[in-house]
Amino acid sequence: MKVLLSWLNEFADFSDDVDVLVDELTALGMPVEETIFAGTKVPGVVVAQVLRTERHPDAEKVHRVYLTTDGSNELHVWCGAFNMKAGDKVPLAKLGTRMPDGREILRRGILGIDSEGMCCSAQELDLNDDHGGILILPADLPLGADVFDALGVTTDIVFDLDLTRNRPDCWGHMGVARDLAARLRRPVGTDSVGESSHPLHPLSIDIPDEASCGRFTATVVKNIRVTQSPQWLQDRIARSGMRPINNIVDASNYVMLERNQPTHAYDLRSVESGFRVRFAKVGETLVTLDGATRELHGADIVIANGADVAVGLGGVMGGLDSEVVGSTTAIALEVAWFPPDTVNESAARHGLRSEASARFERGADPWGLEAGAWRFIEILRLTCPNLEVHGAPQVTVNGACPPPSTDVVLRLAQVERILGVPLTSRQVADLIEPIGYRCAGEGTKITVSIPSWRPDSTSEIDVIEEVARHYGYEALGKSVPNSTVHGRLSGVQQRRRLVHSVLTEGGWSEAMPNPFLDPGAAKLAGVDDALQLAIVNPLVAEESMLRVSLRPGLLRSLAYNQSHRVEGIHLYEVGHVYPRGANALPDEEEMLCVMSLDETDGELAALRSWSLLVDALSFGAQIDAKSTPPGYHPGRSATLRRGKQVIGAMGELSPVVLRNHGVAGRVSCLELSLGVVLREEPKPVAAKVVSRFPSSDIDLAFVVAESVAAADIHRGLKSAAGNLAVSLELFDVYRGKGVQEGARSLAYRLRLQAPDRTLTDDEVAGIRAKCIAAAEKLGARLR
Amino acid sequence: MRNDIAAAVDAALAEVAATASAASLAALSGSLVGRKSPLGQLKSKLGSIADIDERKAIGQVLNDAMLTVEAAFATKRAECEAAELEAQMAREGIDLTERVAESRRGRTHLVTQATQRLEDVFVGLGFQVAEGPEVESDFYNFEALNMPKSHPARSMWDTLFVESADAGSVVLRTHTSPVQIRVMQDWVPPIYAVMPGRVFRRDTPDATHMPVFHQIEGLVIDRNISFRDLAGTIEAFTKAFFGADFTSRLRPSYFPFTEPSAEFDIRRANGSWIELGGCGMVHPNVLRAGGLDPEEWSGFAFGFGIDRMAKERHSIDDMREMYTNDLRFLRQFP
Repeated sequence: MKVLLSWLNEFADFSDDVDVLVDELTALGMPVEETIFAGTKVPGVVVAQVLRTERHPDAEKVHRVYLTTDGSNELHVWCGAFNMKAGDKVPLAKLGTRMPDGREILRRGILGIDSEGMCCSAQELDLNDDHGGILILPADLPLGADVFDALGVTTDIVFDLDLTRNRPDCWGHMGVARDLAARLRRPVGTDSVGESSHPLHPLSIDIPDEASCGRFTATVVKNIRVTQSPQWLQDRIARSGMRPINNIVDASNYVMLERNQPTHAYDLRSVESGFRVRFAKVGETLVTLDGATRELHGADIVIANGADVAVGLGGVMGGLDSEVVGSTTAIALEVAWFPPDTVNESAARHGLRSEASARFERGADPWGLEAGAWRFIEILRLTCPNLEVHGAPQVTVNGACPPPSTDVVLRLAQVERILGVPLTSRQVADLIEPIGYRCAGEGTKITVSIPSWRPDSTSEIDVIEEVARHYGYEALGKSVPNSTVHGRLSGVQQRRRLVHSVLTEGGWSEAMPNPFLDPGAAKLAGVDDALQLAIVNPLVAEESMLRVSLRPGLLRSLAYNQSHRVEGIHLYEVGHVYPRGANALPDEEEMLCVMSLDETDGELAALRSWSLLVDALSFGAQIDAKSTPPGYHPGRSATLRRGKQVIGAMGELSPVVLRNHGVAGRVSCLELSLGVVLREEPKPVAAKVVSRFPSSDIDLAFVVAESVAAADIHRGLKSAAGNLAVSLELFDVYRGKGVQEGARSLAYRLRLQAPDRTLTDDEVAGIRAKCIAAAEKLGARLR
Repeated sequence: MRNDIAAAVDAALAEVAATASAASLAALSGSLVGRKSPLGQLKSKLGSIADIDERKAIGQVLNDAMLTVEAAFATKRAECEAAELEAQMAREGIDLTERVAESRRGRTHLVTQATQRLEDVFVGLGFQVAEGPEVESDFYNFEALNMPKSHPARSMWDTLFVESADAGSVVLRTHTSPVQIRVMQDWVPPIYAVMPGRVFRRDTPDATHMPVFHQIEGLVIDRNISFRDLAGTIEAFTKAFFGADFTSRLRPSYFPFTEPSAEFDIRRANGSWIELGGCGMVHPNVLRAGGLDPEEWSGFAFGFGIDRMAKERHSIDDMREMYTNDLRFLRQFP
């Protein structure tokens, strides 16, 4: 919202330093995004008259314009706009003029013909945003005069406020001024009520659908003439970001910008029969002011005339047929209050968000209608001094209209409890009465009447916020709560950090791929997509599915790095997956995925993370090499299980999956349900005494068929060795000469030690025999 | 015999002097003072000296002789060993700069780094850390936060909806605030918690916005928590996280779930302000939705973006850089 200092000054004296005003507005919750110094004179721009224009055969986009600034001497300039004709008066920037955008007007021409200045648009002179052509000046301006002086352009300071959506009152200058004056402890001027000058011209007002409109006023004004508004008024409207049109439209916009009160003027001829406000009928249409034919919806508010013919889309836009035109001499002014939600939905339905609809949506003041109407008349009288007011505004109100004020009980103890500062009822009243809140009663509880222009304020806490705002957030001070809670990370969070540090120490870097996937991405990565959920309103189709696995995203990251010739690609991700569940929300789960681009065939670098994690987090799982997880290499992968529960997978990814992603080489991967692993709090380990007696080592090498897992042999040996075994290590794997095809040699070193004695040779030999027997039972053969 | 002893000592000393290595010295030791050495043999002849005094005197001479030889031997051995270690070390020179390789350590993502730093500061200030689901129900994301259906403030967030049987009832959470409600429902006050996490908006990615990004939310619920406590906590955090020469300020703003609401800005030592996030006193309706009686408990909440913290800390121009997952980018930040 753009707010003009000159306009604020009409309500109270704000002759403070601009920086002070900016700070105070910010402290009130209306931060100033930009301060603009408007209407600054551009010296050297004068009134010139077009004598004739001339096309040049070699220049398509420009023409030569011949002008005079004194009625006799002729100047010529090149101009790219074609909206002027001989006799028009236009602003001419003379040679040497420094334009607001910083450029200087030079004697630079084209085709060897120079240019003796520049014709200016309104935007180029920072007068308004109009860059549709050269500004055509009123015909009565004296030739050669400074354009700014001749137009009577005013200077102003414009604050561009970033308003929050709970403050509709501040969408008018009056609301901003009220807040700012209260903060600066300045008095605010009061509204003057106008007077009817002529007998009432009655208009019937009927609101058959009460929910469509809570309060409606109509005022008849005659003997008017459609013309231009005074320059200062046009300046204000333009600087507020709207276009000056004519005195009627400008008066309406002026009232809206001043008091957040939209109004609408009808040509009296089209509503002589009166007004009916109702919801639209099935099949009803209306041609709106913008010329578009609108198919109306049953929840659209229709303003109809007494003959029930629609003349406006309530709260959104007027109808074309009832528009004020050049021949209009009498108007009926509508000032009404429409329900915010209804206007919001109507504007959205028709894609017609206007300055008026935006204000009705946020909430206008239903009890400010008459003041708005009188203000409109006052503004219109500036250009139509002989206008006739045919009666005070004629009002119809019903049960849909909010009350003129809302009472809430404010407990002073609650004020202190929430704000931390004790205040008396007098102090509270001094803070909020200047913004229109009325306080009654003394003691611990007071009754506060909230004005109708603050629809956001309906309860005790809302009033406390107003007290805080006007007391000043900074003035409330700072304290630190006395907490009895001690800060810490939970066990899960501590273990998650351990996962991060184990993996980064191990050489993996954390990636954060997009959790939204292309519908085909899961399948390409070998992931079952049966439980994949879709986003209803994705930004793009490529990001329209919620992932059920981290693998597709991490594979893409890996492929990206490989295609950019990055060395040593080791990535991991910790993140959520969102498979469809039995309940309304997905079965969201935290997963870990570790991926390495292997440098050699069979390296399976990612598997090292498994050993590191198992060790660091003290958990275990069965490595089931017999069932191939989907998307993995059948001979180089395993499913990770806890009993029947699958908690992950590891191994080399299927070459098919790699080909789908354009990855060359081999990729090893570990996927783990992190939720399961992190939730388990490892029990503290009870210390075992380290034996002081000598230990004995047994080395055993077996030839084992490839079909038998090393883990099975390991488990068999360990159980055969019994509790005297202190360690069992697979220290060599050999394939080749001396070992038959389809098998490999596995060499184990078993260390035996008793806690209380030195083992005898017989004991060691006995355990050795048991181990060999156990391995042979699994199909292994001692080498 | 005295002459024999002197001769044997001379011979032994000469032999020690002539030996060059510790190894050959060790081989020599028996032949110098052992039983079969010239001195040892002389010792065995002592008994044949009849005169007791003479025998004692010669014995003393012989003992001295052996000590002399042993001392020379020990000195020589120490010299040899020292020389040999010296020589070994001289031989074994290695260029250490060949051996100092670049670290193969990986990196946590910048967002994880920022999150952990923030968590650590808040843990130090007495907060615990809470988490919640990223796909949320309309109830937790909006309704419980004082935004009933069709509340205009819902349009403050561009929401991504997830398919569900009850259309529109499941969303990708637009902020971490739903975790507030879950914490109020599940924990017993007093509550001092921060809630970091991933959030989603239907925003086209650009240099400063991502549709998937991260926030941290703070929630304090206790008896008689006031707006002053909010301002003081924000100030304590500002100093702990950014440094002692930073200060903070609150200015009025609007959020449906807090009242009074504020934006909080922090001020650098050079006087410039940075807008950081939103905060306020938890709205009574939100306390009720969390199952708490607003007459018994009061509290405040605050929240801000994590990605932006990382972006500013590392002078990253374009937020999208952080999500390319390019190892050349990620490896820059240890």
